[in-house]
Amino acid sequence: MTHVHVALTVNGEPTEVAFAPYKTLLEVLREDLNLCGTKHGCELGECGACAVLLDGTPVLSCLVLGVACDGAAVTTVEGLARDGRLHPLQDTFADLGAAQCGYCTPGFLVTAKALLDEHPQPTREQIKEALSGNLCRCTGYQQIFEAVEAAIGRTSQAQGHRS
Amino acid sequence: MNTIGTPRRRVDARAKVTGQTRFADDLMLPRMLHCKLLRSTVPHARIVRVDATRAQRRPGVHLVLTGDDFPIPYGILPVSQDEHALARGRVRFVGDPVAAVIARDELTAFEALDLIDVEYEPLRTFASPEESLAHDEPRIHDYGDRGNIHKLVSLSFGDVDAAFAASDRVFDDVFFYQGNTHLPIEQHAAVAARDPDGKLTLWSSTQTPHYVHRALARALDIPPAQVRVVATPNGGGFGGKSDPFNHEIVVAKAALVLDRPVKICLTREEVFYCHRGRHPVVMRLRTGVRNDGTITGMHVQTLLDGGAYGSYGVASTFYTGALQTVTYHIPAYAFQGCRVFTNKPPCGPKRGHGTPQTRFGQEIQLDKIAEALKLDPADLRLRIVERPDTLTANYLRVGTIGLAECIRRVTTASDWGTRFRRLPAGRGIGLACSSYLSGAGLPIYWNDMPHSGVQLKLDRSGGVTAFCGATEIGQGSDDVLVGCVAEVLGIDPSDVRAVTGDTDLTPVDLGSYSSRVTLMMGNAAIQAAERARDLLADAVSRKLGVPTDRLVFAGRRVFDTENADAGVAFAEAVQLAEAAFGTIGTVGSYTPPRSAARFKGGGVGPSPTYSYSAAVVEVEIDPATGWIRVPKVWIAHDIGRALNPTLVRGQVEGSVYMAIGEALMEEQTFRRLRPRLSDALVHKFPSMLEYKSPTTLDMPEVWTELVEHPDPNGPFGAKEVGQGPLLPVMPAVANAVYDAIGVRIDEVPITPEKILKALDAKSAGRPARYGPAAFPAIDWPEALQVPPPWEGGDGRAHPSPDRPLASRHVPATEAVRR
Repeated sequence: MTHVHVALTVNGEPTEVAFAPYKTLLEVLREDLNLCGTKHGCELGECGACAVLLDGTPVLSCLVLGVACDGAAVTTVEGLARDGRLHPLQDTFADLGAAQCGYCTPGFLVTAKALLDEHPQPTREQIKEALSGNLCRCTGYQQIFEAVEAAIGRTSQAQGHRS
Repeated sequence: MNTIGTPRRRVDARAKVTGQTRFADDLMLPRMLHCKLLRSTVPHARIVRVDATRAQRRPGVHLVLTGDDFPIPYGILPVSQDEHALARGRVRFVGDPVAAVIARDELTAFEALDLIDVEYEPLRTFASPEESLAHDEPRIHDYGDRGNIHKLVSLSFGDVDAAFAASDRVFDDVFFYQGNTHLPIEQHAAVAARDPDGKLTLWSSTQTPHYVHRALARALDIPPAQVRVVATPNGGGFGGKSDPFNHEIVVAKAALVLDRPVKICLTREEVFYCHRGRHPVVMRLRTGVRNDGTITGMHVQTLLDGGAYGSYGVASTFYTGALQTVTYHIPAYAFQGCRVFTNKPPCGPKRGHGTPQTRFGQEIQLDKIAEALKLDPADLRLRIVERPDTLTANYLRVGTIGLAECIRRVTTASDWGTRFRRLPAGRGIGLACSSYLSGAGLPIYWNDMPHSGVQLKLDRSGGVTAFCGATEIGQGSDDVLVGCVAEVLGIDPSDVRAVTGDTDLTPVDLGSYSSRVTLMMGNAAIQAAERARDLLADAVSRKLGVPTDRLVFAGRRVFDTENADAGVAFAEAVQLAEAAFGTIGTVGSYTPPRSAARFKGGGVGPSPTYSYSAAVVEVEIDPATGWIRVPKVWIAHDIGRALNPTLVRGQVEGSVYMAIGEALMEEQTFRRLRPRLSDALVHKFPSMLEYKSPTTLDMPEVWTELVEHPDPNGPFGAKEVGQGPLLPVMPAVANAVYDAIGVRIDEVPITPEKILKALDAKSAGRPARYGPAAFPAIDWPEALQVPPPWEGGDGRAHPSPDRPLASRHVPATEAVRR
């Protein structure tokens, strides 16, 4: 099958990639760009494990075609840390037990980042609502809520984290 | 204590939050091919013909395998070697793998599946345990206790009938616990490759690399020393990755044949069909009590829908009757269990393995008993809690028991005394308790070797590497390993590297199941670290001229407890020891204490120590719609000692979460397609959207408290926490429903539909209840009589005078082996 050629920005880096036109953004990230931090749990848009930011908005990368991302800016979990420093959400998730098996964690992190970018002071209810499309089977969500709350206020101090 | 007991960032946290944890499907090897499985579309049939000619000719296809390539059976239990990697002559459920295609990419492999022609000759389909009990033929398997009965168990500890006769009341209740599945977010994946030296390596999302190692060597008929199994970090397991799986054996075979790496990653639908999850269980519980609430005797009967293969089923069957006795004192106890084969995906171990089902019935029945005797349910339980340091009727050794304190903590925190039976209509609270093993006392295959081993290598830099076969499935086992070593050696956890779950590099640990890893690996790690500490102390003692018993290991130093300035850095201590004794490496291992049970079946239930939990659940119910909401759960867990409280709390809350799913919504159920469409038994909703599990919006607030009385058998006193806290929540929900609206829902999941039906029954004057009407008739074998300790028993079964053992029918092959 003839490959399509797409130019996009991935975690701040201008990137060109060629792939079969039926491929989803998830597959392009994992298989063609070796960005395996983004996970898959269903490939049907049900679990949220594959969430990435497309121009700053969380999307399920298993439901987005790679060809639709020409010219777009994509942020994956690999793009959260900058200059060797973890994003505040990564620190609070690590410190407060919000990552157990860690498989759903990349999806939760980018979704939570989009929330804090949009609403720097979310309530517990807003956090629950924003993360309601991400399934976690390990934590019972409480330590995830607490990690997001602990990152409030710390994101603005960190530099260079707006995608 | 510097490390132990302090809330800490787990050692593998950075990898997880940066996306660097390498799960099985993240492995990409040069020249790697991809595998897809063709699965049966019929539930029970003879395979007449498999023709893969067209698939083999497809460009991009490298290999097609069928059942002919896998003549040797395997299975997790030695008594249930009933699986083949690809079906041979017979398929037993929709989803049973029949053929495998290995191709240049997943799409090519997937498309080639359609080119394989399979001709089936349908056989009678068994959809329910009742059907399997009613028809002996055709047999789904040619082994088992009778017809389509896989396993029949009948055990008696003391005279239950006499106990009932001596009681004031006998309560007789029937319950049903629907099956449900693990639903790990990571789908199973495996990669196999032939190493440059010709040996086989399999990387897999497995909880039990040691057992996969054994199964691969057996099923592929290659020497075990030529096989290496690496357990990649699991993206959630919950018991669902504890069996050796057909897809693992298939890619291993393909890699050997093709001499190229081969990967498989299951689709979410395939994960639902692999299952090995919670057995659906219908149960009857008869309990005799005196008017003061004390139990005189208990008789438990269970019927398990096992699905199409043995899996862990024999153990699951025993577990449905094993742990009733460790929570409350039961002077006479009888258990009868029956597991049947049906043409559905095989059931196996899910968090709590066989014990949540009967615990559900037991704790609801206690609620009914309390009400009938006009006792508060918490007071009743406090009266009958098992005593510490007790041998139970079925020979389980209870050591420390924090159950009473758990009950007091949750009732205090939830304001139980002023709220139970006093909340407005539609709101209610319920209480339930439970217990779980801290590791099975016996291995899956009988042997006298340790259950867990740890090796340490101490480097001149002061860095320590800890090797152990334990498997990180998200529960934090690497953190436990590192934490125990760091504590004993007085160094920082960041100084220790964990190398785990690799059958070539690490000593055997039996795997992440039965809540065994913290206790067994932890004790092995402490032993290895203490041996290293002794070597270092010896060398430092000579250098400083201070006796070894005055040396302290803390803060990356080894120093004189009477003069802290006199000391050396930890790295220097290693160098001194290396100069004195040579390369510094130590080993530790752990074998559980010998069980007191010496009867057949007594291998299931013994544990070095038991954890205890109590939960109070609050519910809100709309009687017009039956809609049920759980706003809050209070839970207290007897952990012995929390090694890393952050992770312990995560296990408790994760258990409560999974329990809420089981209580309210999760069910693995099947429907028949119409006969003209094949009469298949298919999963009702094999997708994460339709198989309902709790989201952030469904999760109640959880109040967690840990009861910490160190247990002498636990590492630094620790007990398990991964499974036990799930168990009390489901019955506490059911008891809260009764408190709220006065109806009993004697089964899970407790759905709005069932609530409405129970309310309808109540208003029509019928029993205010939803649940099974009766326990099916089963022709039980004569019970094995084991006198309890207080009747002079020694853990052995009484030989029955009219049925001497010699006259028991023994199959010829079994007799020869003896």
